[in-house]
Order: sequence, then structure tokens, then C-alpha cells
Amino acid sequence: MNAPLENLTAKDFSSDQEVRWCPGCGDYAILKTIQKTMPELGVAREKQVFVSGIGCSSRFPYYMNTYGFHTIHGRAPSVATGVKLSNPELDVWVVTGDGDGLSIGGNHMMHVLRRNVDLQLLLFNNEIYGLTKGQYSPTSKVGTKSPSTPDGSVDMPLRPCVFALGAGARFVARTIDTEAKHMGPVLKRAHAHRGTSFVEIYQNCPVYNDGIFDQIKEKKTAADTRLVLEHGKPLTFGAENEKGIRLNAQTLMLEVVTIGEDGVTEDDIVVHDETNKILAQMLAGLKLPDFPEPIGVLYCEATAPSYTDDVYQQRIVVKEQKGEPDLNALLRTGHTWTVS
Amino acid sequence: MSAVEEMSGQEGANQIADVVVRFAGDSGDGMQLTGSNFTEATALYGNDLATFPDFPAEIRAPAGATFGVSAFQIYFGSDEVSTAGDQVDVLIAMNPAALITNLKDLVPGGLVVVDVDAFTDKNMTRAGYKANPIEDGSLDAYRVLPIEITKQVLESVKPFGLSHKFAVRCKNMWTLGLVMWLFDRDRTVTIENLEKKFANKPDIAQANIAALNSGHAYGETAELPTGVEVYSVPKAEVPPGLYRNTTGTDALAYGLIAGGQLANLPITFASYPITPASSLLHTLSQQKQFNVVTFQAEDEIAAVCAAIGASFAGSLGITSSSGPGISLKGEAISLASATELPLVIVNTQRGGPSTGLPTKTEQSDLNQAMFGRHGDTMLPVISSSTSVDCFDVAIEACRLAVQFMTPVILLSDGYLANASEPWLVPDINDYEPFPVTFEDNAEGFTPANRDPETLARVWAKPGTPGLEHRIGGIEKSFETGDISYEPENHQKMTDVRKAKIDGIARYIPEQEVAMGEAKGKLAVVGWGSTYGAIHQAVKRCRRENLDVSHIHIRYLNPFPANLGDLLAGYDQVLIPEMNTGQLVNIIRSKYLIDAKPLNKVSGQPFKISEVEFAIKSLLEA
Repeated sequence: MNAPLENLTAKDFSSDQEVRWCPGCGDYAILKTIQKTMPELGVAREKQVFVSGIGCSSRFPYYMNTYGFHTIHGRAPSVATGVKLSNPELDVWVVTGDGDGLSIGGNHMMHVLRRNVDLQLLLFNNEIYGLTKGQYSPTSKVGTKSPSTPDGSVDMPLRPCVFALGAGARFVARTIDTEAKHMGPVLKRAHAHRGTSFVEIYQNCPVYNDGIFDQIKEKKTAADTRLVLEHGKPLTFGAENEKGIRLNAQTLMLEVVTIGEDGVTEDDIVVHDETNKILAQMLAGLKLPDFPEPIGVLYCEATAPSYTDDVYQQRIVVKEQKGEPDLNALLRTGHTWTVS
Repeated sequence: MSAVEEMSGQEGANQIADVVVRFAGDSGDGMQLTGSNFTEATALYGNDLATFPDFPAEIRAPAGATFGVSAFQIYFGSDEVSTAGDQVDVLIAMNPAALITNLKDLVPGGLVVVDVDAFTDKNMTRAGYKANPIEDGSLDAYRVLPIEITKQVLESVKPFGLSHKFAVRCKNMWTLGLVMWLFDRDRTVTIENLEKKFANKPDIAQANIAALNSGHAYGETAELPTGVEVYSVPKAEVPPGLYRNTTGTDALAYGLIAGGQLANLPITFASYPITPASSLLHTLSQQKQFNVVTFQAEDEIAAVCAAIGASFAGSLGITSSSGPGISLKGEAISLASATELPLVIVNTQRGGPSTGLPTKTEQSDLNQAMFGRHGDTMLPVISSSTSVDCFDVAIEACRLAVQFMTPVILLSDGYLANASEPWLVPDINDYEPFPVTFEDNAEGFTPANRDPETLARVWAKPGTPGLEHRIGGIEKSFETGDISYEPENHQKMTDVRKAKIDGIARYIPEQEVAMGEAKGKLAVVGWGSTYGAIHQAVKRCRRENLDVSHIHIRYLNPFPANLGDLLAGYDQVLIPEMNTGQLVNIIRSKYLIDAKPLNKVSGQPFKISEVEFAIKSLLEA
């Protein structure tokens, strides 16, 4: 890991542009945490590139004093792949939302994850389309009333972390917009991972979908509604850590149990292993009201090769085999003949 | 009279100026391989030549089906050859389907070689013959050479102990051997090719070589009808130098590599498979040693977006597709225009609309290239006119992209991509470099800074300290590059983007006349792969003292500065196009002249005679 940039602060990563999200938008908090985290990553400002698509979250690059590219709807992963293919030395971040990344850009999301392009992918999930004024999104809960679904949405929502794991992501984490102390370390982990790091951020839209994550965010309910993941630690929650997650050997499903009741002991509680993909897939599917929602690093497969590394490695091998490139020689390959 | 017929009966004088040969068979019969080997031998012999591979969209159509016929045509001669020829002098028909679908193009008196073993009742019925055409007199207008090719082949490959299936597959090489005998071609290169192609299957290689030699020996020893004897086609008079054959695809790929070198930039080539454009991706992916990264994206949109991302990061981003794929790329091309990043977009056109005719050629994407995007997205459009020309045009696309910080559309087509012709191999050192200078000075830097002459936006790549900046699709302030929704600013930015593209006319060569005078009664104006047919037609007409010139436009947007004045110097303008009339409308609206269209959309290139007829009709009217 790189040494922190001692002489830089969050302010150095803040551009001169006026931030134009709605008052109270969760994006402000995310921006602040990211700006604060940047100096700690130890990567020079000019090597940081933020790429986004379209939507509220995608305005993000304008506010970062780094290189940035605000592209078109859903295509940020593709543009970012091109940036990284062109210059693997750059530190590339994709900022996207639930509509941008999982609806119009769902295909690119799947492929960037499966390829394992070395970049950080931050998905701000507010379960709504904000910029187009409040239509339901692919992560909106069934029954979401919106301008396009006045009688409530009827289609099944997607769980971003389930999708990411299904697509083959090697780093999957979840955090919350206003929780800088949780988000900062998650971002650092994501940055340190070589390959595509997928981070879902629960983000509140105060205008079109206010309060959808309140149960998980509010102090009085949080203990029962969130499951904080720590590698090597048991999956317990509740005010007194009295509840936990157990694997039911008959159904092969996770279930909530209370320690001390029905003969349940601490030994019955699943210990979080972020290298266990089966466990990660089960955790990614947990949701309220039946389960607490996991926060933290669900999955990290550190040893998988990154696409960009392999592309360049292949080129090195080819160069060794073929020697110094000579265009005139290439033009003269195959059968040639001389007319005198 | 056919070229072959012309010479028969004249003892010892079996010399002909030019000839058109077409190999036709099932798509699994190896006709393309046969044709390309014959082409190579012909080029080495010293004839000028042009080829036209014509294959079905089906990879392996049912054996004997008419829709599965694959053909390869070659026109070679001692004079300048620039099309694959109008009518066929020698037709090789490997089965009834190949005969019935190709006979109409055979000149009366032409030679047709058929494999009688393939004329089974089943095959004839499948092809639509009620009676055996070899026996019922329906081929009386032609010279027919019926040979039991399959039987001959099985006999010649017997020593190699191949299964019947693999043995029969040597049929194409037997036939090639016979045709090589007919035109006195050397088999050495074909033998080398076979040894290389089947390096891991020496039995197959040796069997094919045996079949090739056996076909050749058959010509030498069998008692063939009068007139079927060795013909010699004298060598063509061509400029001295080192030659090779090239397809448009290879020339284009090498041109893109050259463009990257001349710009002193690495290339990121991002593409998605589509016929007939995929071969460009294949060719470039074999050249990684030239600072080329190739990326097969998940779709057309991802391909163009990755290319744009690569350009943002300081490479030359290139994407490639055919018409339907270019449609998908439209939104992103406008992003490249709005953010003023270099991008080369290669469109290898095919027959449309929609899936249309994937393996056939057409020029129907000109309107798309010129106008097919939202907003006022203006960009340069250039086109290649021959397979060899693809090299220079690719370099030119790269130059315009980096010098003007703009997406550039390069129009090629399926015919150019697949057709091959001899190439006087250029020396890359003869080309003027156009090295890119990236901005590295933070003093007074904004991403909106422009070159006052070219109006090109400054290119500052990520990784450069002190030049951190943001770009995007939202309208930007002319002064600062920051987001701006100001009405006056949008007017100004639109005007600047337009002025930049229009101004390219000052940085491209003036329009020249390809053949003929710079004024007169008639100019035939073409673009793209119609070059060969127009050129030959104009040449023929001028031999008859008709006042006609040929103008071929490479730069379709902006047009060369003198084009309007040049066209005004002719009484009439004729524009042949393989579409329903796209360039003609642009010329008419831009220069207010009564240009006449000549249109063909059959998926086949123009014949010389078709253009010739149109010229004469106009001049005689």
C-alpha cells in the first residue's frame, strides 16, 4: 500500500465547482468522505481519474479536483475500461447509480465485473431515478409509487451485491452514505484490491425516495437492522450482540437466531469469511424485514488476476517473441515480388 | 466473344490480354481458399488483377443448396485491372447449384468446367434442374469441360489413406491445379501454403498437394477439346518496385498502425464482432507488438466508449463496425464530438437496412455517416476507393482525428474489405509524421483552450501534474470548459464546433480529376469502392473520344474547397452509387447543380458496362 500524501488534505481534492445536488442529498456526505479518504490512498492527484455516466450521482467527477469524465448514460464502466487499457498506471474510479449502472448500463456492469478490470466501482443506490424526476428504478421495492408507476411498481427489484457476485466480482462491499467511519475503511479496502472493486452505497434521496434506508441508518433501530461484517468475527447483531446468523444444515439457508435461546450458543453463529463466495452470496441476499442487512466487505478474492494486468502481460510476451516492431517489415510480409 | 474463344483455333498464339475466372461451389468446398491461392500465383506471375470474393451469410449451408453457393472471381490481365470484371470467361462449377446460380454471368462461348460426379439426381433436383444440363443441350452456347473430378481426386489421394470425407475435400485443389495448368501458373506458393496450413496434419497437406498436381497433370495429359489449352496472359506493365497482394482489411489495419506511429501514439482498438468488419479486429489483434491494444467489447456501445476512454487517457482510440453497429455507437460518437476527443470510427458497409445483406456490399451508410446522430454533431467523413487505398485513408483518418481533436468516420465496404489487389508496398518513411504534443503547462491551462488556427481543443492527458480537469457531455463554457447552460455560450460552442470541422477543408488536398479534363461535357463523380468500375468505364468511353472525366471524392465532409467550382465546369455530372442516391443529394443541395444519380443496390459491385451505358445515355441524350 502506498504511503499517504502527507501534504494534501480533503480540500486539495475539492474542485472549484459549485456542488449542485439537492439540499440533504446523500451524495454530499459521500463526496465529503471520498475527498477525505483520497489523501490517505497515497496516489498522486493527477493519477486519479473519476468516470461517471448519467444521473445525480454521475455529477460526482465535476466536484473532484482530479481528472474526470462525465460520460453518457450507463457507459461509464466501458469508458473507464478504455482509460485503464490505455494507461494502467492510472487509478480509475467509476461513479454510478442504480439506474445508470443496473438498468441502462447493466450489460457493461456485468462485463466489467467478470473481466475484473482494475478499478473501483461505486454504486450509489437510492432505489429511484432522481435526475429524471422520480421514476422507479431496478432496485426499487415492489409497490414503489412513482410518476411512471402511480399504482405501485410490480416488477421485482435487483439486489446490486447479488448481481455483482453473480457476474463474478472479486470484491464486493456495502456501506452507507452518511457513515464516514465505515465508508472510509471500505473505500481503502476497495482501492487496495487489484481488480474490479464493487461498492454499493446506500444513499438517501430526500426528494423522491426519502427515508428508505432509515431503518438501517437510525441509531435506535440500526442494531437490529444491520449486520456489520468483519472478517473472522461471528455474524452477530442486536443491542447486546445477542442475535446472530446461523446456517441451517437442513435447508442450507441462513437464519436469525438468538444466543441463549433454544440451546443456541455462540459456537452456532457463522463466522464471517470474506474469502468464502458461497457465504457472500447468501449474505448479499439478506434483506429486511426478515434479516438485518449486511454492511462491510462481503467478498474479497485477492488473488484473481486483473484483466488489465493480463492484457499487458500478453503484450510483453508477444513483444519478446516478435522482437522490436518494424512496420516496413510488416508491410513486406507474405509473398512479395519485384517488378524491375 | 469470350477471351478464351477469341484465341482458340489460332495455332501457337494462345495469348490473351485479360481473363475473368470464377470458382463456384458449396460454401464448404473451399472456393475462397482456391481463389486466394490462384490470386497469389497470378500476382507472382506478374499480371495486374482484382478479385471479388462473394460468399453467403450461412457458414455451412446444406450441401448442394443454391443459397449456399460461394464464389471467388478474379480478373487478371496485361493491362491495368481495377474491377473484378463484368462477365466471366471461365467458370468452375463444383456442383449443379454453382452452375445454375453463376451461368448467367458466363460470356457466350466461355469455358465452363464442371464436376460431373456432383451432378447426381439429388443435387440437380436441389438446384432446380429438371434434366441434366450437361446432357440436355442447355449449355450449347458455352464450351463445357465435364470431368469426373471427384473420381479423379479420390484416385490421386488414395496413397494417403484419408477417409472419404477428407479425401473429397481435396477437390478444390485438384480443380485449382487444372486452372493453374490452363493459365500457366506456378504451383510452388500454393504448395508452400498447404504445407503451412496443414503443418500439424502432414497427411492432409500431402493429399492436397497430390490433388493439386494431379489436376495439373490432367490438363497436360488428357485429350481435351479444341480450344482448351494453355493460355498465356502477358505480364502487366506496372511501376517498378516491390509488390504484394493486399485486401482492404489488411491495408486498413496496417494504415491504422502507421497512423498511430506517425502520431507517435499508442492505439487502443475496441470493437465488437460483426460481418464484414470483424476481420479488422482479427488482423490488429495479431499486431500487439506495435503498441496496439485490442479489446473485444461486450457490445458496440462498449467498444466505442472504451475507445473514447482510451483517447481521454492519451491513446488514439479506434472503433470499427458495420452499419447496424455504427447506429448503436451514435450516442457515444456525439460524446466524442462534444468533448472534442480524437476517435477513428471505421464503417465497413454492408447491405441494409437492419441485418440486410451481411456478406454483400453497399454504400448506403453515407447519410448515416454525415447526419446519423442527435444534436448538431458534425464530423469529418472520408472514404477509401480501393483495397490499397485503405492504407492511406486510414492514416488520413488518424491525422484528422488528432490534429482536429474530433471523431472521424472512415467509410469502407464489404467489397473493399475482402477484395485483394497487388500493392506497390510503400515505405513508411515517405509519410509525413504528425506527432501529437500533449499539453503539460499548467500556466493558463483550461480544458477549453484551443489552437487559434485549427480550433482544435487542447489535449491534456490524465497523469499530467497540475492539469487535473473534468470533461463531459454537458455543454461547456467556451472560456473555461466548466459546465455552462448560457444561451449565448451554446450558440458560440456550436458555431466553433462547426467552424472547426468546416475549416478542415483548408488542411486537405484540393479535389483532383482522376482521369480526363478538369472541365467538359460530363464528369462521373464517385466515392468509395465504385472507383474501379467508374475508372474503366470512363477509360473505355474516352477511347471512343467521348468527353467524359472521372472524379473520385475521398473527403466527403468537409468536401475539398475547390469541389464546387470543379463540378461547375462540366455540363453534366453523373454520380454512380451503391445506394438509392445519397451523395447525389448532398451534391445537389450543397452546390445547386443538377447532378444525375446512377444507383445499384443488388449487393454486387457495379459492372463497367453499367457505368459505361449510363455515360453514353447521358452524352447521347
